Amino acid sequence: MTQTIAPQLDIERIRADFPILQQQVNGYPLAYLDSTASSQKPAVVIEAMDRYYRRYNANVHRGVYQLSEQATEAMEQARSKVARFIGAKSAREIIFTRNTTESINLVANAWGRSNLKHGDRILVTEMEHHSNLVPWQIIADATGAELDFMPIDGSGRLALDELPRLLSEQTKLVAVTQMSNVLGTINPVKAITVEAKKVGALVLVDGAQSVPHFAVDVRDLDIDFLAFSGHKMCGPTGIGVLWGRKEILQAMPPFLAGGSMIRQVGLRRSTWNDLPHKFEAGTPAIAEAIGLGCAVDYLSAVGMDAIHAAEQQLTTYALEQLAGIDGLTLYGPPVAERGGVISFNLDDVHPHDVAAVLDRHGVAVRAGHHCCQPLMEIFNAPATARASFYLYTTQAEIDQLVSGLEKCKEIFR
Amino acid sequence: MDDFYQQNILDHSKHPRNSGRLGQPTVSREELNPLCGDKLHVDLLIEDEVVTDVRFTGRGCAISQAAASMLTEEIKGKSVAEVRAIGKDAVLELLGIPVGYTRLKCALLGLKAIKAGVYGLTDEELDDDELS
Repeated sequence: MTQTIAPQLDIERIRADFPILQQQVNGYPLAYLDSTASSQKPAVVIEAMDRYYRRYNANVHRGVYQLSEQATEAMEQARSKVARFIGAKSAREIIFTRNTTESINLVANAWGRSNLKHGDRILVTEMEHHSNLVPWQIIADATGAELDFMPIDGSGRLALDELPRLLSEQTKLVAVTQMSNVLGTINPVKAITVEAKKVGALVLVDGAQSVPHFAVDVRDLDIDFLAFSGHKMCGPTGIGVLWGRKEILQAMPPFLAGGSMIRQVGLRRSTWNDLPHKFEAGTPAIAEAIGLGCAVDYLSAVGMDAIHAAEQQLTTYALEQLAGIDGLTLYGPPVAERGGVISFNLDDVHPHDVAAVLDRHGVAVRAGHHCCQPLMEIFNAPATARASFYLYTTQAEIDQLVSGLEKCKEIFR
Repeated sequence: MDDFYQQNILDHSKHPRNSGRLGQPTVSREELNPLCGDKLHVDLLIEDEVVTDVRFTGRGCAISQAAASMLTEEIKGKSVAEVRAIGKDAVLELLGIPVGYTRLKCALLGLKAIKAGVYGLTDEELDDDELS
């Protein structure tokens, strides 16, 4: 038996950092179990953004007056923090976007349009979020490239043994999520990258669910692009990140065009600014970038390994408790291969009804197709309910979920 | 403000040293700074791995022009290896004033042009991170 020794989280202390958690919903303490959709924000993040607006709000990379200097420096410090957080070689490799979706669309458009041609292939998986599928569909249509799909098995694991068959010299890109937002499956990105490199394909990783929940190191993974969102990692909405290898980003044409991204503009022709500004047209989300930098500090101080270990413990506990509910179907792999995301269905009660009953019980869960319609097809479920955990989740909240589900069974008996 | 626009900076920007073009430069380089609209053209004459002459023309803010002017004095007579080793701190020392984040690009434009030029001799690209 192996024993994991990880620092324990002081959950009560952590919860005190999140003002929103100190409230009741429908007469129950709020049990927020939807961090996979969007996480809550610690007070320090909210205050950092508030401070920017109250004390040094100004546009960045334009003015030379003190407020602009301060704002620019704060935003660029945030960029450096994000770079360190994911093990990037340089802060110039960090492109601020709106979210994961925009980051992937940036690659699909800027890299895809200039690198893909008729006959090329893009390999994605059957478990991708729509944001790591639909951009590739569109770019494949536009360039004549074709999509291939890595299948999943009945437990929601990628069928890795299919990889050699699916990869060929024509494969130019492998786009894969590091952690499924429905099944919680943590995919072996490193092993996939090793195979992809053998045929010279680039690897784009959707890190929307992984970066907030465990340590991700882009150089260790040896990938080429990583996309993730601020709002799922204790930061604000409206800010996301694309990391890319510098030499690849440098060779790519711009995505959005306008202010900031230029070096010199003529009436007929223009040249582009250095990285990262080449890909950041227009006034960026300054307060949000500063907020994200603060969120990264917060998560780092708590410790990503400790967060992951706590979530593993919670997931183990939740799977055990949920397995005891008669008529409950659980989706996804065993706890060793998954993060703190659990999709389920209760008898033939529609997940929207399950979620509505749980809400009356103070429990917030997601219900729907989770932006993964092809995956729902595979599991022959029109939708699922989903509970997800983060560093502030307690066992008591899982107990509240379980008692809410028992209540649901009574109502729909 | 008086400690920012010191006499030596005003002097260099109004009367840039090594101003103009070389007849037959070994390498030339042009750099732009979109923030202030600064523009620099640098000509280098390199003989036996030594910078024997340098000229520059440009327009832009006092910081960018003064830093470029000071650098041309600094590199004349230096070996290519010595020029390659010049970093951000050396330029800030020449200027002798605290330079904030946004003005750093102005201050380092001359260095960027000179280093990119020297690197170009061996078909190397200047990594922007060397200047941050």
